[in-house]
Amino acid sequence: MAQGIRDKVAILGMGCSKFGERWDCGPDDLMLEALSEALADAGIDRDRLEAAWLGIFFDEQSTGKSSLPLAMGLRLANIPVTRVENLCATGTEALRGAAHAVACGACDIALAMGVEKLKDTGYAGLPERTKGTFEDLYLPSSTAPGAFAQLASAYAARHGYSMAELRRAMAHISCKSHDNGARNPKAHLRNRITEEQVLAAPMISYPLGVLDCCGVSDGAACAIVTTPAIARALGKRDLVTIKALQLATSNGVEMGHCSWDGSHTLTTRIAAARAYQEAGISRPAEQIDMIEVHDCFSITELVLMEDLGLSAEGMAPHDVLDGRFDRDGAIPCQIDGGLKCFGHPIGATGLRMAYEVYLQLLGRAGERQLAAPAIGLAHNLGGIPNRNVASIAIFGLTT
Amino acid sequence: MSALTSIVACGSYVPDLRLERACIAQALQWLGPSGGAAVSGARAICNWDEDALTMAVEAARNCLGALRDPEPRVQSVTLASTSLPFADRSNATLVASALGLPESIRTSDRTGSLRSATTALADLALRDAGAAALLVATDARLARPASPQELQFGAGATALLTVRDAHAAGMEPLAVILAAESLAADFVDHYRMNAERFDYALEERWIRDEGIMKLVGESIARALQSAALQPEHVDHLVMSGSRTTVRRLAQATGLCNARLQDDFHAQCGDTGTAHPLLMLAAALEAAKPGERIVLVGFGQGADALVLVAADAAGRAARAPLAERLGSGKPEPYYTRYLAHCGLLEPYFGMRAERDNRTAHTVAWRKRRQTNAFVGGRCRDCGTVQFPKSRVCVNPLCRRTDTQEECPLAATIGRVKTFTEDWQAYSPRPPYVYGNVELESGGNLLMEFTDVDPGELRVGDEVRFVFRVKDIDRLRGFRRYFWKAKKV
Repeated sequence: MAQGIRDKVAILGMGCSKFGERWDCGPDDLMLEALSEALADAGIDRDRLEAAWLGIFFDEQSTGKSSLPLAMGLRLANIPVTRVENLCATGTEALRGAAHAVACGACDIALAMGVEKLKDTGYAGLPERTKGTFEDLYLPSSTAPGAFAQLASAYAARHGYSMAELRRAMAHISCKSHDNGARNPKAHLRNRITEEQVLAAPMISYPLGVLDCCGVSDGAACAIVTTPAIARALGKRDLVTIKALQLATSNGVEMGHCSWDGSHTLTTRIAAARAYQEAGISRPAEQIDMIEVHDCFSITELVLMEDLGLSAEGMAPHDVLDGRFDRDGAIPCQIDGGLKCFGHPIGATGLRMAYEVYLQLLGRAGERQLAAPAIGLAHNLGGIPNRNVASIAIFGLTT
Repeated sequence: MSALTSIVACGSYVPDLRLERACIAQALQWLGPSGGAAVSGARAICNWDEDALTMAVEAARNCLGALRDPEPRVQSVTLASTSLPFADRSNATLVASALGLPESIRTSDRTGSLRSATTALADLALRDAGAAALLVATDARLARPASPQELQFGAGATALLTVRDAHAAGMEPLAVILAAESLAADFVDHYRMNAERFDYALEERWIRDEGIMKLVGESIARALQSAALQPEHVDHLVMSGSRTTVRRLAQATGLCNARLQDDFHAQCGDTGTAHPLLMLAAALEAAKPGERIVLVGFGQGADALVLVAADAAGRAARAPLAERLGSGKPEPYYTRYLAHCGLLEPYFGMRAERDNRTAHTVAWRKRRQTNAFVGGRCRDCGTVQFPKSRVCVNPLCRRTDTQEECPLAATIGRVKTFTEDWQAYSPRPPYVYGNVELESGGNLLMEFTDVDPGELRVGDEVRFVFRVKDIDRLRGFRRYFWKAKKV
């Protein structure tokens, strides 16, 4: 295996807009909000940026194609900007581009920006995407909740849970994220909810009720990355470095072959194995202090605990109900509220996760600060369980 | 006489859904009392994703599936109906394509009259030489709400496979056609102009006295003469329409020993063009070898065919048709029935605004896959997969260009995952879909049909049916694909 980029890239600064229904903002406003914070944090002028990666998912719906929305919106100095798109893992994909450029020495300081303006579509949920023309002829016109709800039916059948038992654990996940989101001033949803409310909420796609689903939000998040040496030269003392940044992309097995049982995300398991190896982690449940995972739906977060090796097979519902992933549990998950409550502006999500890990490692997370975490993991999943892109970024603190 | 045309197989299809006539009457009682006895029983109605074409495919599959070896090479497909979805695009060709038949066949749509099925059968009896011909009759006629037709019409299809000289072809006939006589007369008992949705019907008593009694009577007399039979030799009369009228006709034509085939008014209603053949299918189940059957079609004239039941008649492999027709699933909502027919346009939310444009270039390229549900089977590892692709999906194989065609339509699948999606657009919410395990290793994310919330379980067996997949309202088009249906 290649050497990887462990500790070759440090985060110089990060920024994140307030997420939510930003009726007052367009995508350029959101990007400026995030970048201003990141530049102030990094202590550099934007003309020090040598290259940038822009992540947008719904280009047709909101921001526009190509790299131009970032370069023009922020009036960058004609630097190379690359637009990336990899479904809901788009934000991490932007970070990956910038990190690789720095790690290989192609540039000293690079920007990764993710943005999504979802609330200009006239829809309450996600707009429907255009599918491939052949797929239109045979695949169902599924929705995101419907595609992820499949996990629940398969998980319950595979591990012998009744749907009522599984839904109780799922409800705990949603309540926990709402508790966390309530402590986060930038979060989209800041209300606390009860498990009874989750279970009684209107059904969206069996067994997912509306409170099993994440928010549909506007927002932007960004990272400025450089080498540890340059970061130190610029006066940074505590450094957050990238320990691992791995991606696994479905090759059609989940869509077309019965070796996948439908109850887990295959790519997450593959990306996790690679990332743990790159980061030198052998006992993830003991070595990782906090996680941000792709909790687009409550059931997704539940199965991910097993996919990431943090719960034993079939035991995630018990671990969830035991509070293992609560803010005061062994491995706090979604301490910022997650997709569920911080919100899910698709292109920004992977970078928003990195932002929270970064703040936590540096001890800058305010009211929701955890006790001295040193290793944090961000898991970002694009697509649906049947085919997707899973990315895992692991960050560590070097003092 | 050795080269007479025989019916060697028949198959019927009637949708699951049943709309009780009492349900219609109750919804419309503000209009005044509706006609007593006619309000009993139930009509077979299409699910939103069924039409004359999908029913035809299912009837034809049942027909061909009933065949024992040797399976003859079908050389023509004739589709008879007054409610085909396409006015200009060969519906019969799409049926043939869905059946996976080779493209080197002759196809034709026969339409314009409720007797187009019996006329087509007469043509096969008189003109076709040597060919194994598939005749499918199907109808899903719209009825104006509160009209008498709304209480009468049912939906259904029946397919017959005919061959000339069955014994020479090594096949056991169900029945042999002894004679076929037709009469064309511009008698307008009802009509429907092009682009109109509903029939306009004339007075029943006039239709009976001037139309049926005279025109059908003459056809029957000529057919019996042609078959050299006396009226009292006829054992079964197969004719749709009012039972009173048919009884009176049997009397008038001297068919004193003929049993009148039940018309399934109670179980499914009048399936239009398909009805004479649907009733014939039932008659063939009941007939003893050697019994004579008169089959009648009426509409701007009349057809009368005389058949004799052969040795294979009366051997219904499955439950009798009457029994199967009686086991439907109630549609409790009259308004949902109206919506499925397009007679009520409820607001389905913004997701229903989706543009369903079809890429016809792709549909043509992939027609074996999307029309006939033909997947691939890897020669090296045996994995069955859909769609067929250049590279095998089995993670332990992944070899290139190893797949041969693998027809999936007749296979059984198993539900691996599912959801009932209330957010996605479906004309019959919720939209139910999930992963189906195909036999021999494949998996397909697909839609389930004919299923209500709470009915599906992981592990259920499913079979595959040809249905409407999407409707393109902008361009007036509908496309079809296969869906999974719980066994």
